[in-house]
Amino acid sequence: MLNVPVILIGAVVLFVLYLVGTYNGLVVLKTRIQEALSGIDVQLKRRADLIPNLVETVKGYAKHEKSVFENVTKARSALMSAGSLKEKADANNMLTGALKSLFAVAEAYPELKASENFQDLQRQLEDTEDKVAYSRQFYNSNVLDFNAKVQMFPTNIIANMFAFKQFEFFAATEEEKKKVDVKFD
Amino acid sequence: MTVYSQIATNKAKTYLVMTIFILIFSGFFYFVGKYFGSPTPYFILGITISLLSTFGSYFFSDKIVLLTTGAKPANKKQFFDFYTVTENLAIADGLPMPKLYVIDDPSPNAFATGRDSHHAVVCATTGLLDRLDRAELEGVIAHELSHVKNYDILLSSIVAVLVGTLALIADWIMRSFWWGGIGRKRDNEEEGRSPLFFVLFIIVLILTPLIATIIQLAVSRRREFLADANGALLTRYPEGLAKALEKISGDPHVLATATTSTAHLFITNPFKKERVHSFISNLFSTHPPVEERIKILRSM
Repeated sequence: MLNVPVILIGAVVLFVLYLVGTYNGLVVLKTRIQEALSGIDVQLKRRADLIPNLVETVKGYAKHEKSVFENVTKARSALMSAGSLKEKADANNMLTGALKSLFAVAEAYPELKASENFQDLQRQLEDTEDKVAYSRQFYNSNVLDFNAKVQMFPTNIIANMFAFKQFEFFAATEEEKKKVDVKFD
Repeated sequence: MTVYSQIATNKAKTYLVMTIFILIFSGFFYFVGKYFGSPTPYFILGITISLLSTFGSYFFSDKIVLLTTGAKPANKKQFFDFYTVTENLAIADGLPMPKLYVIDDPSPNAFATGRDSHHAVVCATTGLLDRLDRAELEGVIAHELSHVKNYDILLSSIVAVLVGTLALIADWIMRSFWWGGIGRKRDNEEEGRSPLFFVLFIIVLILTPLIATIIQLAVSRRREFLADANGALLTRYPEGLAKALEKISGDPHVLATATTSTAHLFITNPFKKERVHSFISNLFSTHPPVEERIKILRSM
């Protein structure tokens, strides 16, 4: 028949199993977030890698727009050296702003706009910006899962015990949030 | 129903379909063998062939499906939007990049195949790629990627190959019976053949609804709604898929390379209205009405 020690041992074993399961579950989610984060880094690096080529191409047609080139180059190196998530997001936004003025400058040079090389670079850059946005979406949805789990009872106790901290979201820029495509033809 | 329980259901159904196929196939050989007075060797032959084709279909169903639909690999340069949209959505969904194929056909349609997300293929017709804009294409690809993610592709590809095999055999027997039947009337010496073909004919009569049942079992219409919903969750823009479905269903072209055994793979019924009223097409009806899917997408 069941007696007290057997029940106690059973309870302890069940508790340990639950502990191990929850801990491992959190580790899996955390690893996924780190993987998603490196996914963002890959796309940010791709974006940064496209910049020198673009600057060179625009320079070929519009030599005198020095300040624009400087801003873009500065924003690019800021992105390359950014460490924390916040820094990366900020540097990426700075680059977006700088590129906007670069493309505004390009508007004034019809030959540049017509160049196949420029068009190709522009297309690749747009594509990379999309990919930054999509990898951010993947990262944020993973963070959402993890943060919700870490806060929910009783997982929050175990998360506290092993110092699982909530991750921060990769926020979109104010401009991107406002971005609505309205065209007046 | 979560993604994980969908995966479990799809895997279980895959094994069930494989088992049913092996039973039907070897049973068929057994009866033929019995007619000739030596059931055992025939039975062993049947088991061997059905095991081989089942495992073959597990590993090569994607290639067989691509072969029968006449799809060609798509490169990034020629199909830039198709390629980059798939790349982006795979990133957003945390899936490996699937292989991309294109069918040269004006009828707009798409499907996904493969055995898991690491061996997945997404295939679209040139008609689809020409007519949809980027947001609509995103809707379609996101729908296909949800099929990839929850292992719908494994089940539906294997069903396509195994059902295709059974249909081929059924077709062959029907023809043999037809010709054998005529021959018997003309020539009494061949009378000995007729009972066999009569038995086979009966088997085929039983086989055909069985095939239909397998397809129905595999492709409950609910999974199209599920993939629509999961796709919309991925793109955050249900209107894209809704518009795409409108364009696809409004197109009069019929996909030339689709067959009854591959029809359930496609995002919408590739046969269109041409066969809607026939008995067979109702038996093989695999897609929920497009109007209903659009209505649900618009209410999200």
